[in-house]
Amino acid sequence: MTAPTVLSIEGLSIRFGGLTAVEDLTFQVREGEVLTLIGPNGAGKTSAFNAITGYIQPSAGDIVYRGECLVGMKPNQIAARGVVRTFQKTSVFSGLTMFENVLTGLHLRGKQHPLAIMLGLPSVRRDEERLRAEAWEILKLVGIEARAGEQASALPYGELRLLEVAVALAAKPTLLLLDEPVSGMNPTETADFMTLIGRIRALGITILLVEHDMKMVMGISDRIVCLNQGRIIADAPPAEIQKDPEVIRAYLGERYVRARG
Amino acid sequence: MTNRILSLAWVAFLISIPFWMEDLYYLHVLIVTGIFIIAAMSLNLLLGYTGQLSLGHVAFFGIGAYVSSLVSLGFEIHVLPNTTVSLDPKPVWFAMLVAVIFSGLCGWFIGRVSFKVRGAYFVIVTVSFAEVVRLVSLNWMELTQGPMALNNIPYLTLGIPEVFEVEFIGKVPCYYLVLAVAVFTYVVIRRLVQSRAGRAMIALRENEPLASSVGVDVTRVLVLATIVSAGLAGLAGALYAHYVRIVDPDVFLFIYTVTMVIMVITGGKGTLAGPIVGGLVFGIFPEVLRGFQVQPEIQWITYGVLMILIVYFLPAGIVPAIRSLLPRRLVEGGDGSVEPNATAEARS
Ligand SMILES: Nc1ncnc2c1ncn2[C@@H]1O[C@H](COP(=O)(O)OP(=O)(O)OP(=O)(O)O)[C@@H](O)[C@H]1O
Ligand SMILES: [Mg+2]
Repeated sequence: MTAPTVLSIEGLSIRFGGLTAVEDLTFQVREGEVLTLIGPNGAGKTSAFNAITGYIQPSAGDIVYRGECLVGMKPNQIAARGVVRTFQKTSVFSGLTMFENVLTGLHLRGKQHPLAIMLGLPSVRRDEERLRAEAWEILKLVGIEARAGEQASALPYGELRLLEVAVALAAKPTLLLLDEPVSGMNPTETADFMTLIGRIRALGITILLVEHDMKMVMGISDRIVCLNQGRIIADAPPAEIQKDPEVIRAYLGERYVRARG
Repeated sequence: MTNRILSLAWVAFLISIPFWMEDLYYLHVLIVTGIFIIAAMSLNLLLGYTGQLSLGHVAFFGIGAYVSSLVSLGFEIHVLPNTTVSLDPKPVWFAMLVAVIFSGLCGWFIGRVSFKVRGAYFVIVTVSFAEVVRLVSLNWMELTQGPMALNNIPYLTLGIPEVFEVEFIGKVPCYYLVLAVAVFTYVVIRRLVQSRAGRAMIALRENEPLASSVGVDVTRVLVLATIVSAGLAGLAGALYAHYVRIVDPDVFLFIYTVTMVIMVITGGKGTLAGPIVGGLVFGIFPEVLRGFQVQPEIQWITYGVLMILIVYFLPAGIVPAIRSLLPRRLVEGGDGSVEPNATAEARS
């Protein structure tokens, strides 16, 4: 009784000049699951994210989301279809407040015609009120409403990372791609983030995650895909991944040694 | 709320000026400054909110001036050997409307052309566009009279002929006309930047990849901003044409674009009040110097020094600097707490 596939990656290859970042990648994401991509630095995880969300064009392969091919679409068109990502390198609207960040993220949920805006029609005012209420809900969901009025550039790192997730959630994703969301967070923040992932899941949002924090990866993933040098070396549930000799050799071994030392 | 009272007080003060300002020359300075402020506000929509520097902004201003003049004067041109296109003179209000629409279309064109170009390339596209338009105005003698200028441009009249008519001729009526258009421009831009469309523009300025990741169609937003910005600049140009009532290719001078950019940057780009404050400073300041009877060279040097000082010491501009001096509570709208409905108001 596996859930239906929502995202299907077939034979995806990404080349930068002579360098092959991703080679013949094939995997599926099923409705409602948390699927994590792991792999050593430079394995091609972020590149795969960039291709799925339209930031780079793959050299070959298909990316199909709920029956629609995403290859060739622009990022905003892909976002409009419910596929929304966060960035590995912290990325917010730093000159705006937290609240305005989320309000901006709500772009796809707004219904305001430019002419109606300039004429100052009451429908625009009502829509704004609705969006403000929604922004407030999202800030609460992520747990950062206390500092809603503060400028993003003045926020501590942990909250900045939460804000990124809040902005992405504002775009109403059905598939949320998170690129190393807890990197740089302390253990308490990471633990809190894991419960946040639970809340996001409860909303029916499917999650594709890239993460190096093994405690979190093992704790929240339904399935893990391990990449090495652009290729998939394993695709299995966490318990099996931990025992997979190739994964241990290419990635986990090195991590475990580092964690102990 | 405080903001609204402040704005109304401002407008009331501006309305009162012709009642006590006896020297009509100063009123003239205010009219020209007002027209430039309208153009600067329109530039601010692009430069301050979408973050794109249009160094050819005067093109839209000049196009507005020429189109409005030509439609109100009428013209006849020979396009092909046996074909002539002619237009009978139209009412000025109609000509101004055509000017706004035509400038807006030019903005649309520039927005489309700049589809993939940002930053330096956008600057080059806009500068080239302005230069091309200037050359057209200079050389298409049959239409524009070239350097001989379009003369006797009619002034604006509003109302019902024979019953009740207002003639916008002379300083006082023109002053109120410019004030009304400036308030209109301010309101349109304010509504825009405090809405979903404006947030998308700001998003484009702040972080383009993030903006597109939440579904902002970057091209669309840029095109909308250039259309509105160009249309309003065209409106300023049309006002100018029917005020001075003579238009020549010098309306396309690069120095005017530079003046607008200086007004926006010193006042505070990306703030609603910035272009107004910057415009007042740089529109009135040269006249103050003239009042002291300083030589033109000294005037220009002082002008330059003032600009450098402002940009150096207040890099974000005058308005943000003043705002940062005000107690935070006042800026946030009173009680310091941030309610869902209070934030945008507070930051406007
Ligand atoms: N825009 C680009 N141009 C050229 N090479 C690139 C580009 N983006 C990524 N690469 C290269 O592609 C390879 C894969 O990079 P990618 O960022 O996808 O790795 P990653 O798995 O996300 O690594 P990390 O865990 O460090 O984030 C690397 O060798 C990287 O240098
Ligand atoms: Mg990466």
